Amino acid sequence: MNVTMQRPTQHATSSIEHSTFEKLVLPLLTVAVIIAIWSAAVKFSGTKIFPSPIAVASAIGTLGEKSLLWRYIADSLTRVFAGYAVAIVAGIPLGFLLGWNASLARAVNPLIQMLRPISPLAWMPLAVIWFGVSNAAPIFLIALASFFPIVVAAMNGVRNVPPMYLQAGRNFGLSTWQLMIHVVIPAVLPRIIVGLRLAFGIAWVVLVAAEMIAVDSGLGYLIIDARNAGKRYDLVVAGMLLIGVIGLLLDTGIRRVEEWISE
Amino acid sequence: MKVQFSDISMRFGAMDVLQDVTIGVEEGEFLCIVGPSGCGKSTLLNIAGGFLSPAKGTVTIDGDPVTGPDRRRIFVFQERGVFPWLTVEGNIGFGLFDLPDEERQRRVAQYVHLVGLEGFEKAYPRELSGGMKQRVEVARALAVNPDVLFLDEPFGALDSITRLQMRSELLRIWRAARKTVLFVTHDIEESVQLADRVVVMSARPGRIRRVVDIDIAHPRDLSSRRYIELRDLIFGEIGLAHQV
Repeated sequence: MNVTMQRPTQHATSSIEHSTFEKLVLPLLTVAVIIAIWSAAVKFSGTKIFPSPIAVASAIGTLGEKSLLWRYIADSLTRVFAGYAVAIVAGIPLGFLLGWNASLARAVNPLIQMLRPISPLAWMPLAVIWFGVSNAAPIFLIALASFFPIVVAAMNGVRNVPPMYLQAGRNFGLSTWQLMIHVVIPAVLPRIIVGLRLAFGIAWVVLVAAEMIAVDSGLGYLIIDARNAGKRYDLVVAGMLLIGVIGLLLDTGIRRVEEWISE
Repeated sequence: MKVQFSDISMRFGAMDVLQDVTIGVEEGEFLCIVGPSGCGKSTLLNIAGGFLSPAKGTVTIDGDPVTGPDRRRIFVFQERGVFPWLTVEGNIGFGLFDLPDEERQRRVAQYVHLVGLEGFEKAYPRELSGGMKQRVEVARALAVNPDVLFLDEPFGALDSITRLQMRSELLRIWRAARKTVLFVTHDIEESVQLADRVVVMSARPGRIRRVVDIDIAHPRDLSSRRYIELRDLIFGEIGLAHQV
């Protein structure tokens, strides 16, 4: 072979500075503009209920000084990861099974597709009956919420492994088990990771709602408690912002894992 | 005969795909199968590879009936069969999982060299061109030292320049490795450039219309009278006037 070939260079260095500006400075500018509009709206409308950005900032400051906030965050994170872990442990094997075995999928898939559109929050009354006001209720709801996207991602992933990968694997003499390990799992991994990220987003949303009803700690509880206890809307908005920021951090973390796995 | 098709018929549902195909392939022979799309030529190859069972008839290799896929005969797809999660090395060594590490590495290096991919051992398929991926597939197949190679329109997705290069590559490798090759293509020129014999199939249900001996020594002169004669013979056999 006398054709010259070159490995493509990974990134053009010239675009790095540009992308730092776009990734960091632009979003910060947007936030600044929103805060300015918010501030002005509170001032000119003369509202007594809706807090100004400064009031919210000081509310976050006071919360940060108390150990309560850290306990709430820890409780919320524990619940979300516990429920998510249950969903992964149950969902991935089931998804593989359904993706691999077409008759089993035909038997079970309609049930899954019927249960999937039911909002996990609709299970709340049952969760409270079954688990009472305890950690188990929100964990159950989170597990349920993240279970379906994970099962469906794994099932569709396995089903859509290009047939020639399987054919090649069989051709080289792989047993079904080896085929799973060396062909199916690596082939579906990218899709499963996408499903996992999607599931985590849903889990985080459901967590807050579940904590508003089923327990007496956590970020969701912080919001509902601030309103019920004294109409402290500065704390309500502070809680909302914390949920958003922590959610963003977690999503960024999962994206990192995703990029790392897909190299 | 290395590979013997005897009286093969195949149907998918109500559709007859192949009808009474009988042909023998000799050890070390390069056989091309050409025909219009849907004539069942790929199906024939899949039957020989053990991925499909014929409705009627048998395929034997070295006298033994084919009952399933076997690593002594490897199927090469278009370059899409390369595993995207493995490097060039990983792909080429894929079928060598039962060899000790050292032997495996030696064998991988040997086939990386054979297909001219030195320097790309650690590259992933997405970093490679179509032609390079195709070479990875051929190397992956050859690395397990099969005695038969099945190639199903392997160069169909490549641009025409790369396709020409890959043909001479394949011939070089075939001469070096001395495998029996069954090569399916819809490209008549390709078949006349590569094959010892060309099997011309009819439209569905696929039957053998004619077997053409390509009695031109390699390297073949593509403007020689004999080349053009044989090419036009096959064009005529398929029912195409060789005009645009």
